[in-house]
Amino acid sequence: MAVPKVCGIETEYGVSLRGAHDANPVLASSLLINGYVEHRRVGWDFEDESPGRDARGFGRDGGQAPEVETHLVNTVLTNGARYYVDHAHPEYSTPECLDALELVAADKAGERILARSMQAARRIMEPGQEVVVYKNNSDGKGNSYGCHENYLVDRTVPFASLVRNLLPWFVSRQLFTGAGKVGAENGAEAVDYQISSRADFFEEEVGLETTLKRPLVNTRDEPHADPQKYRRLHVIAGDANLCETSTFLKVGTTAIVLAMIEDDFIGKDLSIVGPVHAVRTVSHDLTCRATVDLTEGGSCTAVELQWEFLRLAQKYADEVGLEECGGEVAETVLVRWEQVLGALERDPMGLDGTLDWVTKLALLEAYRERDRLDWDDPKLALLDLQYHDVRPERSLYERLVRAGKIERLVAEDAVLAAVTEAPGRTRAYFRGGCLARWPEAVVAANWDSIILDVGTDPLRRIPMMEPLKGSRAHVERLFHRCPTPAELVDALAQ
Amino acid sequence: MPEREQKKKPAPKERANDEAEVAAPVNQGEALKEELDDLLDEIDSVLEVNAEEFVRSYVQKGGE
Repeated sequence: MAVPKVCGIETEYGVSLRGAHDANPVLASSLLINGYVEHRRVGWDFEDESPGRDARGFGRDGGQAPEVETHLVNTVLTNGARYYVDHAHPEYSTPECLDALELVAADKAGERILARSMQAARRIMEPGQEVVVYKNNSDGKGNSYGCHENYLVDRTVPFASLVRNLLPWFVSRQLFTGAGKVGAENGAEAVDYQISSRADFFEEEVGLETTLKRPLVNTRDEPHADPQKYRRLHVIAGDANLCETSTFLKVGTTAIVLAMIEDDFIGKDLSIVGPVHAVRTVSHDLTCRATVDLTEGGSCTAVELQWEFLRLAQKYADEVGLEECGGEVAETVLVRWEQVLGALERDPMGLDGTLDWVTKLALLEAYRERDRLDWDDPKLALLDLQYHDVRPERSLYERLVRAGKIERLVAEDAVLAAVTEAPGRTRAYFRGGCLARWPEAVVAANWDSIILDVGTDPLRRIPMMEPLKGSRAHVERLFHRCPTPAELVDALAQ
Repeated sequence: MPEREQKKKPAPKERANDEAEVAAPVNQGEALKEELDDLLDEIDSVLEVNAEEFVRSYVQKGGE
């Protein structure tokens, strides 16, 4: 049975330290986060972290264990987000959201937080030094960093069913999730420009890794919730998006597809022959007409696969309803999804200002025409990189927004509110609310618990194993009734 | 297996827009071109200098 699609996005940002002899990315990332949180810093609690657990039910067999770098900067924000240094990148994990529009706001809020962090870092750095951040997925030289999505999924769904249905889903959804990229990397066939910035980096169908031999379906089994009831599907096969419609469709459609898988609604085999290769085939074809072979025989385009998923989703909406995958917001996802597929079929360039890969391509083509540039001209690579620059004054994406060329779904006021305020319908509300009220008393927090110092021994750990408990509806009155964390803990114990 | 005949026609509203675009007067096209030229000029003014060196020096460690 489909469970509510609690969802979130984790983004690793590219980072450069300018004007310093030692361009250490870990240091640069730490400067950003420390600059942003200053004295408000609250630590992350690693008690329940287990990134090495495999969803297929077996232990690791010689693979490299993902690191949990407990010594690195790691903090929680009043909006319920986690902001930390992961490997050599600043990473922002949105709070848990309950629909795609809420998540677009929370994800955009992350960009604003990184922009403020860059300003804050400047104030604590030597003159002439600067940390610059990019919301992209690779350096163009074979090094990739991720933008991962997370979705709450019913534990009873066989993992094999997720894998079978998600492989064709991830191959075909690139058409609207792609952030676009000049050239190819990681040994992929040469190409001028491609739809996805991540397609070159997938080498396996299924697996636990995220840093090498990246799989299309990641098996990390770390629910951050009641493990008897839930999975957290950790999706690594996606691009970091700037266009709000790209993020909206990426999350909104995937939530519906997951609900259909949970309810065993798909009922047909859409499997692709050689999905890893098919990811590149789709990404490298800007006409969106390349075909992939189907396991059941025949072949089709990625757009046709998407129509197939959409027709099923429309039927699902009629027969089962979209309550668990965003309600009214999910209804608008269906409408927008259909419009975008129609446009992709007629002429993908019609989606300039709607999808990242098309918007960036249109900008590059305009430059190519004006300056007569070949695709290997470094200026195009620079435009590609700077499209993703997070500094408002340097970001080419932001220039396009200001020129009125980008479709926005969330008002800037709502984005700025999401910088400090947590979503109201998940446990993020409780986490963020505790932090906003009693920053001194929150000793540490993580996704499924929070530790409070109430002034008397011992420290109190409050478990939050149900992602939908701790919402505004549950705890707003409790917050009003309890002026101190001690009273809150007492009230919760009753 | 996907079946082509299942595809719905694009919504009527969108097709109406397409026709409107086709019928747009030529001077509107020129205005758009001018607007784009202005935008590119504006972008020129914020682009990092020395594209080749800048792109070459952007090196990241892998993540995730």
